[in-house]
Amino acid sequence: MPTNGAPIGTPTKVTQGSQTKGGIGESTLRPDGTLKVTGEFAYSSDMWHEDMLWGQILRSPVAHAEIVSIDTSEALAQAGVYAVMTYDDLPTDARNYGLEIQDTPVLAHGRVRHHGEPVAIVAADHPETARRAAAKIKVEYRELPVVTDEASATAPDAPLIHEGRTDHHIGHVPHPNILHRQPIVRGDVAAARERADFVVEGEYTFGMQDQAFLGPESGLAVPAEDGGVDLYIATQWLHSDLRQIAPVLGLPEDKVRMTLSGVGGAFGGREDLSMQIHACLLALRTGKPVKIVYNRFESFFGHVHRHPAKLHYEHGATKDGKLTHMKCRIVLDGGAYASASPAVVGNAASLSVGPYVVDDVDIEALALYSNNPPCGAMRGFGAVQACFAYEAQMDKLADKVGMDRVEFRRLNAMSQGTIMPTGQPVDSPAPVAELLRRVKAMPMPPEQQWLAAGEQADVRQLPGGLSNTTHGEGVVRGVGYAVGIKNVGFSEGFDDYSTAKVRMEVVGGEPVATVHTAMAEVGQGGVTVHAQIARTELGVAQVTIHPADTQVGSAGSTSASRQTYVTGGAVKNACELVREKVLEIGRRKFGTYHPAWATAELLLEGGKVVTDGGEVLADLADVLDGEAVEVEEEWRHRPTEAFDLRTGQGFGHVQYSFAAHRAVVEVDTELGLVKVIELACAQDVGKALNPLSVIGQIQGGTTQGLGVAVMEEIVVDPKTAKVRNPSFTDYLIPTILDTPTIPVDVLELADDHAPYGLRGVGEAPTLSSTPAVLAAIRNATGLELNRTPVRPEHLTGTA
Amino acid sequence: MDFLRPASWEEALAAKAEHPTAVPIAGGTDVMVEINFDHRRPEYLLDLNRIGELSEWEVGEESVRLGASVPYTRIMERLRGELPGLALASHTVASPQIRNRGGVGGNLGTASPAGDAHPALLAAGAEVEAESVRGSRLIPIDEFYTGVKRNALAADELIRAVHIKKADGPQQFSKVGTRNAMVIAVCAFGLALHPSSRTVRTGIGSAAPTPVRAKAAEEFLNAALEEGGFWDNGKIITPSVAKQFAELCSAACNPIDDVRGTASYRRHAVGIMARRTLTWTWESYRGTAASTEGVA
Amino acid sequence: MRVNFTVNGRPQEADDVWEGESLLYVLRERLGLPGSKNACEQGECGSCTVRLDGVPVCSCLVAAGQVEGCEVVTVEGLADYAKQRAEQGGCATGACGTPLDAAKQWEARPSDSQTGEGTELSPIQQAFIDAGAVQCGFCTPGLLVAADEMLERNPTPTDADIREALSGNLCRCTGYEKIMDAVRLAAARQGEAV
Repeated sequence: MPTNGAPIGTPTKVTQGSQTKGGIGESTLRPDGTLKVTGEFAYSSDMWHEDMLWGQILRSPVAHAEIVSIDTSEALAQAGVYAVMTYDDLPTDARNYGLEIQDTPVLAHGRVRHHGEPVAIVAADHPETARRAAAKIKVEYRELPVVTDEASATAPDAPLIHEGRTDHHIGHVPHPNILHRQPIVRGDVAAARERADFVVEGEYTFGMQDQAFLGPESGLAVPAEDGGVDLYIATQWLHSDLRQIAPVLGLPEDKVRMTLSGVGGAFGGREDLSMQIHACLLALRTGKPVKIVYNRFESFFGHVHRHPAKLHYEHGATKDGKLTHMKCRIVLDGGAYASASPAVVGNAASLSVGPYVVDDVDIEALALYSNNPPCGAMRGFGAVQACFAYEAQMDKLADKVGMDRVEFRRLNAMSQGTIMPTGQPVDSPAPVAELLRRVKAMPMPPEQQWLAAGEQADVRQLPGGLSNTTHGEGVVRGVGYAVGIKNVGFSEGFDDYSTAKVRMEVVGGEPVATVHTAMAEVGQGGVTVHAQIARTELGVAQVTIHPADTQVGSAGSTSASRQTYVTGGAVKNACELVREKVLEIGRRKFGTYHPAWATAELLLEGGKVVTDGGEVLADLADVLDGEAVEVEEEWRHRPTEAFDLRTGQGFGHVQYSFAAHRAVVEVDTELGLVKVIELACAQDVGKALNPLSVIGQIQGGTTQGLGVAVMEEIVVDPKTAKVRNPSFTDYLIPTILDTPTIPVDVLELADDHAPYGLRGVGEAPTLSSTPAVLAAIRNATGLELNRTPVRPEHLTGTA
Repeated sequence: MDFLRPASWEEALAAKAEHPTAVPIAGGTDVMVEINFDHRRPEYLLDLNRIGELSEWEVGEESVRLGASVPYTRIMERLRGELPGLALASHTVASPQIRNRGGVGGNLGTASPAGDAHPALLAAGAEVEAESVRGSRLIPIDEFYTGVKRNALAADELIRAVHIKKADGPQQFSKVGTRNAMVIAVCAFGLALHPSSRTVRTGIGSAAPTPVRAKAAEEFLNAALEEGGFWDNGKIITPSVAKQFAELCSAACNPIDDVRGTASYRRHAVGIMARRTLTWTWESYRGTAASTEGVA
Repeated sequence: MRVNFTVNGRPQEADDVWEGESLLYVLRERLGLPGSKNACEQGECGSCTVRLDGVPVCSCLVAAGQVEGCEVVTVEGLADYAKQRAEQGGCATGACGTPLDAAKQWEARPSDSQTGEGTELSPIQQAFIDAGAVQCGFCTPGLLVAADEMLERNPTPTDADIREALSGNLCRCTGYEKIMDAVRLAAARQGEAV
């Protein structure tokens, strides 16, 4: 186990490009920054085309029903309406789509399975015309009983959400309304329990969170003369969309040309398709460009959410504070369609023990099919829900043992070499104890800041804020800690690769590199980092980032904290190949003039070929002499393997990332209102390719974790399975007055398996933020609080 | 849909008389949400933005005549002395952008129990100046709210102004929401001390089908203050009096469970806010009383 | 219906406007100014914030017909607006209103470069880039308009002032810390410049 402050691992040393400005490790500014601050950056909802039509979707008002009939005649008869389409109008036999399992109908076929499911689509000359026409479509529903939780899903008379399942999970699930189930068994829990001096159990509930990206689902489909279609779209993964869209349209993939438009945030909510196919269908049907933009209400129905979960945990510890065993059961509600549920189950199971050493475990995670809204990818999926529960358990257990909560965690913290419950050894730095030490060592924010400005209480610094609910009465401070573990990249044997095309040429006497990938820039700053990598690897000042499209190979998804690792790795790899080619040309042309061409290690720096000793051998302009060097190459991280379906054993993950939080909150204990005063974070990032962006990711992730701790939840009526709060009036996300200062301590311990030693950054801070806030609220109130988000009712006994 | 743009108040009244279904729009912060989300398709929109006088106010001897469209921002900034309760309530309305557009007339017109101005108006004492081509009338605020999102206006009437009693003592306003800014009230409470009449008035928001006063609580407190000579001796209000006042305020609620909060929480929170706002206003009154004494 | 108003100093006319359309829709879909963003269309996010006769408002909640004869400044005109203000000595006199003549001199220029390089920016725009306050950028236009107006009124804001002034603008990416940094930076630079 690492001791206080001792370095674990070493930062990566970079030679090539170390003299080049704007390379990796610098906080270079976003290439799209100017366009974004002037309003000129074109988001998918900003697209406009001469003669374009507006698409509108008619959605189911009920969660589960048979569709008895659909009558579109009145809608079609309305002036300004160009097309109305239902299931029967779909052009081919491919009428479903899905990320892994194609169980989602493009338009409902005889039955709707969740509130807001698309039933029909309209194209008209104005959005209002389209809305009025959609309202004139007559759909007769015969309502069916709803499945809303595990009990109703597995009851003897439960309606089957998907009858006649043929997917590859059906063989190993105990009930057809269970989508996927992953057990993990290691060691002997019964024997280990015997050694425990203390055992704690807990039942935890995690609410349904929404990604709430600000840019609504939108895009423009333009029919082309060759019978194909050009789609301008905001997505997380162009090629995955393409694979799902083309068959439904009956087009070969090369006739569906996709270009990434500006993406207004994603957080997992754009991994699944939303309006893509609908816009293309209407464009091909009408022969006109069709734009679809969801409003906020529709957006809540237009993408999957974070799985709500019920988690049962049992932990044991010896009286000297060592964990003996862990047993847990995690039930995730996947809703009506599969989306990313199987992967969420895999993450929840394999990361359910957290960043701790526990040799004896008995784990079960599963996802239900239900009539609730479909759930899928959201930042940190699977791991987020588990972290909330196991961190609550750690506090309870520490208290039982009588140890300091942080010291208890540090005593049991995993480190490099720890064997995961899946049998996989952690083979890169895992500075869990060190992160906890650092976050605890940060200075505490001053007390009673609401009095700092004078005698009058500044309500902006108090729980309730501007609403003027307290001037200090009932306010109690609490402090809480949490730490989490997240996998980076796609796991369980997925062929997780990316493609980069890099071109180097001399333009106007200056060497310029062009980087072309299909990576979806969703705000994370991948485009910034790609340019930095190219500068470092090619020693150039000027890098052009080509717009992302399907004219280059797949980059994989902008999710799972993977893009800097995988597409960054692909760009690095392609740059290295370009560099080799350039040097080859140099050797061919100039090799005879200087022996160093053959003997020295050669670098590209400042537009020149230099030796590692710093001697200039040639200008790139002379080497290339009008030639361009271009490489397009796929790049893969090391392979993973599937988890065994009975034991859960397997080398399932590529890399792990870790973050720890300390939350300081002030709770108005009488009104049950919470103000988070500070959320300090320490995270290991392996290597910060762009420190400014890294900190931005950590602060953003931290804030999303705060949201689901105290306010964010999609409320689904358990009787009807209907969403009760699909708006920004009632689905609340943190404002700037709810968000505290977020000091960040970044640790850089290289993972030797990864490019530059980097570690995926985006998700880990979303994990530990929530349990840290909950722990702080428990600390302030003395309440048990086994569900998140915490509402004022839970703090005042008025639920 | 037709868009009517009267240039004067008289034109607006005429338009409303001709088209009683016309929906008045001023700040737009309620009406436009309903239009954007397809909840409402009025036949006529009656724009009141061109009528400058609606954005003006006059401070009189007894009361402030507040134009229906005076933005909340202006109330916060300019009328804090005369209308402290309403100024505090205005500060809790949505966001700066919304406070720049929205006004009390809109709150009254919509008559949502969650409207932030209502508790402050009820506590201060106010009359709504409603007018039609048939004439003008003053509707006491206690008679204005007639049901969930219903008010005492006739179909041809428009709200021209609100006459709000100038503060003769400390006023407070509190609102509970589950976010520290930009939040709709889960419940709200307004309280005004009226030393000149030796009375206390209250207003409760979002905890009954309409905004209401806690009349039993007011009567209890008025009696207790009188009995104990508190108005004169400026003593600290005894905890048992504050507690009973709070309980009576809770009892005045008739809330529902909804997605924003439970009925039980609303009752509880109103009680807490009642006790706190009473403490704040009374401490302020005692401070003023003491200093007045000192000067005298 | 037809609506005439001024946007970023230029007279604009929108025809065939449906009476239920918002100012936001007219700006984005009829006038080719999509900088103001459509994130919630219910006044709960501030992404569509513009200045209407000088005052920051949610353009999604202003009916198009209500802006007849009004002056609107959007993010596209912010750089010129700020430049104009700086040339007039800012708000030092306390008279922050912009005279109509001055207003008509603003003009939003199209950018001729793909990356927008060489574009002249207002101090708050530059500070957002420099401080890393932009991620996906969808909230950025509204925040810039709101922050610029706050610095015009209050050139030396406290942190609590900044938070209050920007409490009507949601951001989902940054956790607001870099936005705070950006506004502090713009205020500091503004202070140095005086």
